[in-house]
Parts: sequence; C-alpha cells; structure tokens
Amino acid sequence: MKSLAELAELRQKSLDKMNMRNTDTRERIVVGMATCGIAAGARPVMNTFVEEVNKRHLGDVSVGMTGCMGMCALEPMVDVYDADGTKTTYIHMTPEKAKRVVAEHIVNGQPVEEFTITAKDQNNA
Amino acid sequence: MTDLSLHLMDIMQNSAVVGSTYIEVGIKAEKKKNLLTLYVKDDGWGMDEETVRKVSDPFYTTRTTRKAGLGIPLLRMSAEMAGGGISIESEPGRGTTVTAVYEIDNIDRKPLGDVGETMAISIMGNPELEYHLLLSNDDEEYVFRTEDVRKQIGDLPINDTVIIGYLKEMISEQVNRIFGGILNEIIS
Ligand SMILES: Nc1ncnc2c1ncn2[C@@H]1O[C@H](COP(=O)(O)OP(=O)(O)OP(=O)(O)O)[C@@H](O)[C@H]1O
Ligand code: FES
Ligand SMILES: [Mg+2]
Repeated sequence: MKSLAELAELRQKSLDKMNMRNTDTRERIVVGMATCGIAAGARPVMNTFVEEVNKRHLGDVSVGMTGCMGMCALEPMVDVYDADGTKTTYIHMTPEKAKRVVAEHIVNGQPVEEFTITAKDQNNA
Repeated sequence: MTDLSLHLMDIMQNSAVVGSTYIEVGIKAEKKKNLLTLYVKDDGWGMDEETVRKVSDPFYTTRTTRKAGLGIPLLRMSAEMAGGGISIESEPGRGTTVTAVYEIDNIDRKPLGDVGETMAISIMGNPELEYHLLLSNDDEEYVFRTEDVRKQIGDLPINDTVIIGYLKEMISEQVNRIFGGILNEIIS
C-alpha cells in the first residue's frame, strides 16, 4: 500500500531531478475545468498532461486549470502558452491528443495544427 | 456527467473559486441503510438564503460567460434519479456544504468513478488550498489531508507531478479498500 511516509523519498527524487533542469521559462498548459469541460472529459485530459510531464521529466512545464473558456461546444479546451507568451488553443481534447501535444508542441516546439481552434470553430461556438 | 467522481470534481471547483482556504470531501457508504452520501464542504464566502434557494433551481448562476449555472442542477438530477436528493447549507462569510444522497442499489445510481483522479487533479489545479477526504463504510474510515502531505514534502510544491501521481494512486488504493466489498455495487 502506498503511504504518506514514502512521500519523503519521492521529495528527494523530485528535488534531484529539479537540480538537473535548466531554469529557462517553459510552457504553461492550462485546462478548462468548468462544468462543461469536466462533463466533456477535461479531468482525464489534465491527468494525461500531468503524467506526460512527469514521464518526460518536464517538471518545469506548468500544468494548471482555469474556469469557463467560453465555448462549451468545443470543450475540453486547453491553452498552451509558450515561453514568449504565444497562446495556442486546442479544442475537443482527449488523453491521446494530449500525449501528442506534449510530444510535438512541448518537446519539439511544433504546435499540433490539426487540433487547434479555427476561426470557423469560433464562429460556430 | 458519467460518474459521481466527476460531479464531485465540479462541486469542488465551485468551492475553489469562492475564497475558500480548505475543501473537505466526504464519501460515506452505509450499506445497511442502502445510502451513499457525498458532500463537499468549504469555508468560502457562502451564500445568503435567497441565493441558496435559487441555486437549487436549475439554471441560476453568477457567472457572466453563460446565463445558466449547470453544476448544482446536474448533481440534483443525478441524486433524484437514484432515489435521493441534495441539500445545501450555507452561511455568508462562513462557508457552504453541498450534500448529495443516493440509494446504493438504485439502478440509476451512477458509478463512483475515479475519486483518486478527482482529488489529485483538484489539488494540482488549486495547490494553495488544503483538501481533506473522508471515506467511510459501515465499519471503517480513512482520512486524507493535504496538510499531512506538506509535512512530508517540505519545500517541494504539492503540485509537483511526481507527488500528484503518487497521491492519485494512494487515494485510489484507499477508495478500493474502503468500498472494496461493496464497490461492485457502487461502481455498477
Ligand atoms: N461553494 C459555494 N460557495 C458559494 N457560492 C456557490 C458555491 N457553489 C455554488 N455557488 C453559487 O451557485 C451558483 C450556481 O452554481 P453551479 O455550479 O450550479 O453553476 P456555476 O458554477 O455558476 O456554473 P457551472 O457549474 O455550470 O460552470 C454559482 O454561480 C455560485 O454563485
Ligand atoms: S460554460 Fe461551457 S465552456 Fe464555459
Ligand atoms: Mg459550478
């Protein structure tokens, strides 16, 4: 059984990893977590981002949540802010798509165009 | 919402945006009474009586991006469908408790779902809040508190992905332990 006591060891592991990171500002991943987002599957999407960031040792990439993103029909929605502040909005996200966003956008710096919001989506939403 | 843990996530998010410092979540399965009780309690700014009355009605909201609030009406529908109901206790400046009750063996009761993920992701998104989780069945209980986690991890932020992943697994194990015998009935 997992227990609180083990957390102290994990803490050390995590701190060691942190020392190996560079201190450049990295991406911020923000998942919409209002009722529509949750009903559409935002929680497992956010969980996948957390797992992928962990697996790939991207601890300096932040994963957070926000409330309503204003377009219910496009949920789950995710905004990725690059270090320079550029925002990419992904719509209809799934755990599988989240993995690709981490691999292609976060790791390789190439936004996954096919998942991003278009002007047409915005008008229809 | 396809399961109860998603309703919890949603009601917990209400509590996270009303100036709370802590959020307590309870899940109590009383098999002898055939009752499953869920509650979310916070110490946020609360609601006056009039507001409490209105939020129980479908579609009241103070949000500006959409005309109708959905979270509480959806919770109410899910409970009423399963032979139960909801109640809201709130006091301005003191906090709010939202409680939902279900008949365990009702065929329309939604499955419990992934409570570990609900807790872990809520903590991830609101690392400044303290979360308590109380699980109980007819004979046993389990209490989880983020304060105890912070004591173990010291200066490491609680929203570190290593810690969040561990908490998700740890809480899931306890959910299985406490509800294990009746889990198949709760997770139908
Ligand atoms: N814990 C709480 N403390 C204080 N006020 C609350 C709390 N929970 C709900 N409310 C009030 O009740 C309203 C309705 O809540 P409900 O969850 O049904 O909808 P919403 O949060 O406004 O929108 P949605 O859940 O659809 O994203 C909220 O807008 C808020 O004013
Ligand atoms: S109300 Fe649906 S996304 Fe905000
Ligand atoms: Mg709500």
